[in-house]
Amino acid sequence: MTAATVNHGDQGLVRPQRRPALELRRVVKEYPGDPPVRALNDVSLRIDHGELVAIVGASGSGKSTLLNVMGTLDRPTRGVLEIDGVDTAGRSDNAVSGIRARKIGFVFQQFYLLPGMSAVENVANGLLYQGVAPAERRARAIDALSRVGLGHRLEHTPNHLSGGERQRVAVARALVHQPAFVLADEPTGNLDSRSTDAVMQLIDDLHNDGTTIVVITHDTDIAAALPRRVTVHDGTIVADSGHPDDAPET
Amino acid sequence: MASKDQSPASRLRLSDVVRVGASGPRARKTRTALSALGISIGIAALVGVLGLSESSKSALLDEISALGTNLLTVEAGGGIGAGDGELPETALASAARIPTVTSASAVWNVDADVYQNEYIPEGETGAINVVAADVDLVHTLRGDVADGRFFDETTAPYPTAVVGSVAAERYGIRDLDTPTYVFIGDDYVEVVGILEEFPLAADLDRSVILSQQAASTFFDADDSPSTVFVRVLDGTIDETRDVLPGNTDPENPEEVTVSRPSDALEAQAAADDALTTLFLGLGAVALLVGGIGIANVMVIAVIERRGEIGLRRALGATQAHIRRQFVTEAIILSVLGGIGGVAIGVAATFVYASSQDWRVIIPQEAAFGGLVGAVAIGAIAGLYPAMRAAKLAPTEALRA
Ligand SMILES: Nc1ncnc2c1ncn2[C@@H]1O[C@H](COP(=O)(O)OP(=O)(O)OP(=O)(O)O)[C@@H](O)[C@H]1O
Ligand SMILES: [Mg+2]
Repeated sequence: MTAATVNHGDQGLVRPQRRPALELRRVVKEYPGDPPVRALNDVSLRIDHGELVAIVGASGSGKSTLLNVMGTLDRPTRGVLEIDGVDTAGRSDNAVSGIRARKIGFVFQQFYLLPGMSAVENVANGLLYQGVAPAERRARAIDALSRVGLGHRLEHTPNHLSGGERQRVAVARALVHQPAFVLADEPTGNLDSRSTDAVMQLIDDLHNDGTTIVVITHDTDIAAALPRRVTVHDGTIVADSGHPDDAPET
Repeated sequence: MASKDQSPASRLRLSDVVRVGASGPRARKTRTALSALGISIGIAALVGVLGLSESSKSALLDEISALGTNLLTVEAGGGIGAGDGELPETALASAARIPTVTSASAVWNVDADVYQNEYIPEGETGAINVVAADVDLVHTLRGDVADGRFFDETTAPYPTAVVGSVAAERYGIRDLDTPTYVFIGDDYVEVVGILEEFPLAADLDRSVILSQQAASTFFDADDSPSTVFVRVLDGTIDETRDVLPGNTDPENPEEVTVSRPSDALEAQAAADDALTTLFLGLGAVALLVGGIGIANVMVIAVIERRGEIGLRRALGATQAHIRRQFVTEAIILSVLGGIGGVAIGVAATFVYASSQDWRVIIPQEAAFGGLVGAVAIGAIAGLYPAMRAAKLAPTEALRA
């Protein structure tokens, strides 16, 4: 939202400067075993600020592994991962945790809302590990919940919310700290079709507001609706529709 | 291009450590209560037992100070002297003449058996004996008469008896509303008084007492007193103690034993009785079991809450943050148990001590120590589960 909107006239074209939100270069991920399982094989991928990207592929193709590596939940065996221009290689667990706390938002298939905590409290947890003061956490959580259309459900606990509402709370939690990008692993995997539509509409709206989002899905219909699709097969990227701005005019 | 700038680390405020640590117990109230129970029982036992033993000790000390610590007893015996093992007949008068002595009394042995009535077989005295005493005995011992009266100058010449508290109980004498007699030697003697107990001269509780004057007239009483009791001026205990043997038995002072009966009671008050120790031990065992219970609950919590752990790591929690969360949680469980235990222990002390008319003493060290102990137990019990939680890889924790 900041530098991305700066105009830049190098090639004689007036278009926003593109800045990578995250970049993988020649990433390999092997799980130990005999023989080791190579879940990612030489993956290079750049996702710019403001993009909405679908990562598609069959079961076992390596989508979740890719998301875990992109989200620093797991470290690549080889290769480079840069987040918002910062190389993550060789950083301590603490430093990488700090990157997650500030730069990355996660949405999971299972929501992972904490029981016994209200929607606001759950969302406010997105700011907890940045050391934000409680009052500010709450204020920002209320804003985030309003953004996902749950301004009227602030004090409800997860067991008093529908599946779709729960996932929207989780999306609010992933947004509340204004991360560089949001990673969503099968966000609609546990939802009925109506809730799926609502959550995908929300993701689209957030994208239009400038949020960078990566959605993992094996649902090709969902993927088809998103501006960019990256297809993974056997640990490698076999197709990438590329940045929409780079697509040939139609 | 990739810059190598140090991105800011995760940060969890101290107040949030407590908040996060409390979130688990808050969301699972029944389980929290049950897991804190073991610690409660342990701490309640410790606080209650210490509270009751302190309260009962203070009751005993109050009683001792009411009886006075300035009573000395003088008896023959002790050294292997040349004497006859008796105090001189003049011992009482000599003791009374010592300037620091405020009051002196004596008892003399009487060679007669006492029975409840003539039908009791000879020899079955039930360990009740007959002694003679001067009229000041109850005053000197600060004793009390439960019913009737003690001898005075006018009644002393007549053969009447006063019974000690234990003797009265043995003979079933509760009051003197109807004429009551005991059988001494070959005669019935009327009972004119029942005594309360003499904590400083418990032997007299098992005695039937005659006046010295009547005993020497009607019975075969010794001429030498067996024990002389003296009250001394406050602060002159040691001084009086030193001069008593020479004054009461100038010929064989080394054969005189002087003792201070309140010493024995004080020693008794100071001694931790075995039951207290036993209950303290049981309390400690309950605490240990409670601690193990908390460790157990925490291990289960870590397994059950893998998803939460994974989520928190995804939100930026470091391993240290996760470890602190679970240690704090264990401490909270334990401290809740500790607070409950202190409350129960204090309540129990209060109820029991009040029912005994004791001054209620809550040992602050026990209450405070109980809480500190609870914190320590919680921290120790939580450490291993917390380390396991912290070591969990985020991806592993998030795998459903
Ligand atoms: N912890 C692990 N240890 C060993 N092998 C693993 C581990 N996690 C994943 N794998 C393997 O790596 C490969 C990629 O797994 P991944 O979970 O990334 O697939 P996916 O595309 O997310 O599949 P799905 O659509 O079923 O979620 C699979 O062959 C899987 O068995
Ligand atoms: Mg997957």
